[in-house]
Amino acid sequence: MAVFVLKRLASLLASLLFASLAIFLVLEVLPGDPAAFMLGLNAAPDTVAALREQLGLTAPLPQRYFGWLAGMTVGDFGISYTYRVPVSDLIGARVQVSVPLAAYALTLSTLIAIPVGAIAASARNTPLDAGIMGMTQLGVALPNFWFAMLLVLVFSVGLRWFSAGGFPGWDDPFAAMRALTLPAVALALPQAAILARVMRSSLLDTLDQEYMRTARAKGLSQGQALRRHALRNALIPVLTIMGLQFSFLLAGAIIIENVFFLPGLGRLVFQAISARDLVVVRSVVMLLVFAVVTVNFLVDFTYALVDPRLRRPVS
Amino acid sequence: MSTLRVQDLSLSIRAVQILENVSFEVGPGEILGIVGESGSGKSMTALSILNLLPRHSQLSGSVTLGGLELSGLSDRAMNAVRGDDIGMIFQEPMTALNPLKTIGSQVAETAWVHGHAGGREASRIAREALDRVGLEAEEFPLIRYPHELSGGQRQRVGIAMAIALRPRLLIADEPTTALDVTNQAQVLGILKRLVREDGMGLILITHDLAVIAEMADRVAVMQSGRVVESGPVREVFRQMRHPYTRKLFSTSAHVPQRTPRAFERTLLDVQRLERRYAIPKRLPWEPQRYKLALDGVSLNIAKGESVGLVGESGSGKSTLARTVLGLETAQGGAVHLEGLPIRGPHGTAFGTRRETQMVFQDPYGSFNPRHPVGRLVAEPLHLLRNGAPKGADRKALVSLALERVGLAATDADRFIHEFSGGQRQRIAIARALIVEPTLIVLDEAVSALDVSIRAQVLDLLAALSERLGVSYLFISHDLHVVRAVTDRVYVLRQGKIVESGPTAKVFTHPEHDYTRTLIAAAPRLDAALKSRFGDA
Amino acid sequence: MRVGANLIAGIGLSVFFLALAGVSLVWTPYDVTLLVVGDRLQPPSQAHWLGTDHFGRDILSMIMVGARTSIAVALIAVGVGVIFGVPLGLFAAAMRGSLADEIVMRGNDLVFAFPALVIAILITAIFGPGAVNAIIAIGIFNIPVFARVARGAALSVWTREFIMAARLSGKGSAHISFEHILPNIANTLIVQATIQFSLGILAEAGLAYVGLGAQPPQPSWGRMLAEAQTMIALAPHVAIIPGLTIVLMVLGLNLFGDGLRDYLDPRLRERRP
Repeated sequence: MAVFVLKRLASLLASLLFASLAIFLVLEVLPGDPAAFMLGLNAAPDTVAALREQLGLTAPLPQRYFGWLAGMTVGDFGISYTYRVPVSDLIGARVQVSVPLAAYALTLSTLIAIPVGAIAASARNTPLDAGIMGMTQLGVALPNFWFAMLLVLVFSVGLRWFSAGGFPGWDDPFAAMRALTLPAVALALPQAAILARVMRSSLLDTLDQEYMRTARAKGLSQGQALRRHALRNALIPVLTIMGLQFSFLLAGAIIIENVFFLPGLGRLVFQAISARDLVVVRSVVMLLVFAVVTVNFLVDFTYALVDPRLRRPVS
Repeated sequence: MSTLRVQDLSLSIRAVQILENVSFEVGPGEILGIVGESGSGKSMTALSILNLLPRHSQLSGSVTLGGLELSGLSDRAMNAVRGDDIGMIFQEPMTALNPLKTIGSQVAETAWVHGHAGGREASRIAREALDRVGLEAEEFPLIRYPHELSGGQRQRVGIAMAIALRPRLLIADEPTTALDVTNQAQVLGILKRLVREDGMGLILITHDLAVIAEMADRVAVMQSGRVVESGPVREVFRQMRHPYTRKLFSTSAHVPQRTPRAFERTLLDVQRLERRYAIPKRLPWEPQRYKLALDGVSLNIAKGESVGLVGESGSGKSTLARTVLGLETAQGGAVHLEGLPIRGPHGTAFGTRRETQMVFQDPYGSFNPRHPVGRLVAEPLHLLRNGAPKGADRKALVSLALERVGLAATDADRFIHEFSGGQRQRIAIARALIVEPTLIVLDEAVSALDVSIRAQVLDLLAALSERLGVSYLFISHDLHVVRAVTDRVYVLRQGKIVESGPTAKVFTHPEHDYTRTLIAAAPRLDAALKSRFGDA
Repeated sequence: MRVGANLIAGIGLSVFFLALAGVSLVWTPYDVTLLVVGDRLQPPSQAHWLGTDHFGRDILSMIMVGARTSIAVALIAVGVGVIFGVPLGLFAAAMRGSLADEIVMRGNDLVFAFPALVIAILITAIFGPGAVNAIIAIGIFNIPVFARVARGAALSVWTREFIMAARLSGKGSAHISFEHILPNIANTLIVQATIQFSLGILAEAGLAYVGLGAQPPQPSWGRMLAEAQTMIALAPHVAIIPGLTIVLMVLGLNLFGDGLRDYLDPRLRERRP
């Protein structure tokens, strides 16, 4: 187990290193002179030189890259060129919206999808199964931001159960969760539809495994065999998809902020793009990649908890 | 009173008749053997008794267990019977256990689910059951996972689950088919002992007459869903009233006609062949370790000779075949064919490649399903590069190869899924023959076939060898087959040849302990009947 | 083999939208660049079947032209994924277990760490927004998807004995990959392509919605929704119609993919996710 975790940890660090290198190359090397790029065509040469000095662009590339890495490890992401404040402050405030939103949506999607998929599988080829499959087929096709608009139309404009947008901050956790509920539902349902389909097909696969017949021959009822033997085996492919979904949900959270006027990473990064603030862009992108890679590491770790063949390999 | 009584059992699935009026009885402490070829309905009979049938099954007739009528019982009532009164063991030990649960919890579950015990008591029952099948606590604690056990050990866990509550009846469906001979002997021994100790009835389902002859008190012969003959083993095997029983007997003991010949010229010469695999490192800085799959194997085959290679799984049989054919690279030693090394400076030399071909085990997996038979059979002609015949010549060659194996030239236009398992093995032989090789390696080539089909394919191979002078390297775990069709034999164990010599001599006077164990473990029809009933 | 209801419905919807996009090349009910302020936010009527937007543009015409953008972006992105991903996957499978395989797979994982949106953010930050960015972003995301699917399917074909027979016939890895492996994994790849096509439509809409995709005046479904957002209480049809269009198009492609899978491999009929 320790070896497994160490190995995964090493590959996590390698992924982060390569990803940061890719981001650095695209944002710092591709534009030629980032300072000139950020200031635009009409900037005076001495302004460009000043910014170059301020951003530390006069140093050689390797030094700049490792300086950036070293800064990030202690939480120093540099100074935003447009906001004139440390990027870590900007990001810190916004992460508190985007990451909880993605996590909230992932929780909802899992809580909905696993029982629904299990019900559909145990009722296979009945009208109930067909009904669930039809609903999920529709759910998979929903663009989440459009679904969010419909939710606003019905629950905020129509029924007035939720405010149409904005975020009150975490001082009042209840109000904060309430503000994140409609966005989380909008994100979660389409993903839940995918996950439920995966759960159903995975469970159907395990139901046909020979150890299920063994369990029935021991005297377990269909339901007992399903709960005690099929579910855990069926969860392995579901975990894989959940890992992938987190990156979709994070991207979705950034898009859906627009619908609800949430002060998250999305708004920050889109404004930074139009202001050509590359310091903010590279930090946000690195953060998103970090989140995706870390979640995949956690998924691998969960695999090992579920599956003894990974935890105790036989050489 | 009999333990189990099955009367007029009929089964159809989606209107296809699977079983027709099957009747038999099993008494306490009695072993009933059910024998038949694939598709005879023997497994379905077992599943019908437990009522674990696929959906859309229609079952009729009567099944009584110690006076209790099981047919018509609700699934809930059957749950109480399964595992408690009737235990069952399945064929595939590798897939019959849940990979995510410990063996202890899986055995204890039998006790738990029937409400006989919970927690500690269930664990005690599990421990006792595992002890009874020879999995001692020291080496096999309850917290072992299935993947940490070998196939034979897993099959014993399967038995422990089935007998944990000392059921009145045990059903074993081909329990040793997936096992090596030594494991098979062990598992059969355990079953015999459990029957004696617990006085339970055992239904032993198998395709192997020798297993029946060794184990069963009574036998039922099944063919296409019907019991064609049944009775005490001795009576049935002596009298063989039904023609199908006679056919099963003659084909399973079949020895192809071969004229003894003298062989002179050496065709294949393998010297001190070594093949090792790197064991994946757990940590990058660990030193690299290797597994020796072939440990200095030397072997030779003369022109026209049939040489057998026997060994259990993991002994390196298939690795040897692949290395000899140049599909894998050896780390040491040399392979010469007609005096020429098989590997040139750029991999396997083309000239030697066309001299060797192979026939594989799986009649289903060894053909690309998307190509017509003509193209499949012609594939090795690629070896001739620009010298390969084209157009009508190519067609003629394919026709000739197909006709040589007893198929029609017109079969070239059909697809592989239109053929049966036996026909497919003929096509595989035709594919091997098309480049007129001097050596054909047969890797478990008849192992997947039913006995009657197997006899035909063996006859074909013997005839081809005589007519074309082709040599065979015949790889098999099945000692009877090797004995029936080879001139000389090599015994491989853990990558080493432990014994070799003329087949007749090795089988009658084995010198190495391991060879003796192998031969003693393999059930033999005539020997079993002789030792049990005294007359031959 | 039976042609299922899914396949028929899927083909019907997909062909309908393809036809819509095709017709828009030569004819639309109105000129999509024509702003008629007097006709703004009209509900569906005889003159405007799907109504007009806040500039008085005909929504049906915009949907038709937008279909072109969506389909072009998603289709080219699938092409990018297939052209680069499938050979990579075949190569990795042919070299299974080797260092080259390991490098390809780790490279895949690395690209997987960048969701299409993140790639789009990177590209847009340097080159500015546009439909081409969407193609590149979604296309890059598709490469590891196809590489992984192709490798996985190819690996299971490589273990079959007929591959050994081909090797004994003197055929090399490249020859075997194209003669034996590719035809045997084609079904899987075709089905994956329909899935990526439908995901591409959704992703394109999302990127256009946040301004990282097609730019004005090029009509696109995602941007129509972005522009309709503030008007949703006033004229819901402006937001509902483009969204429903996306749903129907994606639904059609998914049904097509499922139906195709059932048609190609009936044994899996009830298995597919």
